[in-house]
Amino acid sequence: MFITRILQNDRGGQIMLAVLALVLVLVPVLNLLVPEGSFLHMPTYLVTLLGKYLTYALLAVAVDLVWGYLGILSLGHGAFFALGGYAMGMYLMRQIGDRGVYGNANLPDFMVFLNWKELPWFWQGFDMFWFAMLMVLLVPGLLAFVFGWLAFRSRVTGVYLSIITQALTYALLLAFFRNEMGFGGNNGLTDFKDILGFSLQADGTRVTLFALSGLALAGGYLLCRYIINSKLGRIVVAIRDAESRTRFVGYRVEHYKVWVFTVSAMLAGIAGALYVPQVGIINPGEFSPLNSIEIVIWVAIGGRATLYGAVLGAILVNYAKTVFTGLMPESWIFMLGALFVLVTLYLPQGLAGLVQQFQAKGWLQRRAAA
Amino acid sequence: MSEGAHLRQPETGQPDASHKAILYLEGLNVSFDGFKAINDLTLYIDSGELRCIIGPNGAGKTTMMDIITGKTRPNSGQAWFGQTVDLLKLSEPEIANAGIGRKFQKPTVFESHSVAENLELAMHGNKSVWYSLRARLSGEQQALIDETLQTIGLTENYHQQAGALSHGQKQWLEIGMLLVQKPHLLLVDEPVAGMTHQEMERTAELLTSLAGKHSVVVVEHDMDFVRSIANKVTVLHQGSVLAEGTMDEVQNDQRVIEVYLGE
Repeated sequence: MFITRILQNDRGGQIMLAVLALVLVLVPVLNLLVPEGSFLHMPTYLVTLLGKYLTYALLAVAVDLVWGYLGILSLGHGAFFALGGYAMGMYLMRQIGDRGVYGNANLPDFMVFLNWKELPWFWQGFDMFWFAMLMVLLVPGLLAFVFGWLAFRSRVTGVYLSIITQALTYALLLAFFRNEMGFGGNNGLTDFKDILGFSLQADGTRVTLFALSGLALAGGYLLCRYIINSKLGRIVVAIRDAESRTRFVGYRVEHYKVWVFTVSAMLAGIAGALYVPQVGIINPGEFSPLNSIEIVIWVAIGGRATLYGAVLGAILVNYAKTVFTGLMPESWIFMLGALFVLVTLYLPQGLAGLVQQFQAKGWLQRRAAA
Repeated sequence: MSEGAHLRQPETGQPDASHKAILYLEGLNVSFDGFKAINDLTLYIDSGELRCIIGPNGAGKTTMMDIITGKTRPNSGQAWFGQTVDLLKLSEPEIANAGIGRKFQKPTVFESHSVAENLELAMHGNKSVWYSLRARLSGEQQALIDETLQTIGLTENYHQQAGALSHGQKQWLEIGMLLVQKPHLLLVDEPVAGMTHQEMERTAELLTSLAGKHSVVVVEHDMDFVRSIANKVTVLHQGSVLAEGTMDEVQNDQRVIEVYLGE
């Protein structure tokens, strides 16, 4: 079958997707079918929290595709995530209709507040779900395409490229903070009511969004794995290892870079679009450069160039974040920094590398035999 | 994306070598910050020839290769591939696809790929993004890989990671990567640097076996090696041709002895 062929020789991916499939079945059952008082019942806020982790995992896979395999350290992937989120947020705003504070069916609250009389041109069409979903892909994709085309054609690489990706997301942060931009300024977009007519507060909607996040992660994972397994994937790794050699062999390196960068940005956009209805808000803070750096840390901790390592890293680090920001809010950022330093020093291959090391020593096999 | 369209085009024909020569370099000049790396260089390479280029450090050998492969643009002069292809108008990948392959001084193979994958990546053919996503090795391509591995003597290393090869094997793999590009002209930069004597002999055999079918230009420092393969030698000095002829002629040339061999 198609999927088994893609996952050939990808032990980590097989395990990861099997666990994901199990979670996707178990969580809805524990939430919807097990009665509320029961010990086994899973509260809805936990479902949503898991859903959020899954969108982060998809984002990490997107970053691993460009960083791990293409060798481009993007410190601006949060921007593509946020743009996808904003596209979804705009649709959700239009879904509110006349249920806003001002009761204006044609304008979101913040526009009424700004004394705007009609919907700006770039908000047109966002009342239609299919159009908003198209924009979730197109806006991040187009930005990545234009940005990548300019940067890669001028052969900007390494640290310089990382710095401009930071500048890109920072510029967007500042732009989206402005009220005149028409995206709700500082407050962003929030107070969402429903999606496609289903209430966002309902358990069923939440579980569906969770399941969709899981399916998107699985789909994104398989897509990336398919790309990596193809000849294109081998060319991409060749570019990472010896860029000018690849050029002399006759490949247009900048085309490959733009292509992979754009695909990755679209995946990040999808992750953002699934994130927003689950957390209920999107604001310019999502563009903050720090967010983009965090994604890179997830991938580094999980293990670069493995894809499943990115999933593992994103989920574990965010779980730790949830726990520790609850216990000691101020200390988290230092712990994250320390974790990054420790992983770089002692686990350069990340957690996935640790697993591979054990495997190489035959540790897992011996345990399995016992 | 139609980026592949104009790249495929030069592949359609052989370079027009109807006037015997396959490479024409005429009146080339390159200077870096006032230093004349190439000074009115004129050089012709015949079709099917095996030519060695020698010269002291800084004579402009590598810069000359850079011009031919599009890495460096000359300040003036002309560079033609056959009668019809103006090399100064093409980009690096376009030149590669037109049929000029280059082996670098330092062996650069794709270290994390297997030996066979290295050849697959280097192989001539459609190099566009969308095509690569769906590309599968055809029987013909597989045969070419097997045949090339035979030629360079790495058949047993088919699945081995290229990064784990010995220095000499990497050099051969790189020559193999040139061969699967089906180039008409091979530029080989210091192929035996750092090789053992045995490896050197094998490389000499390999290169001589390639001449005839391809035109081969070898830049080399090792005089014994040059003597063992070349019938025609060009001596570069300060960016232009100092002498040209058989190894014996060149070695007895008074100017050459002064600048190079006599040192």
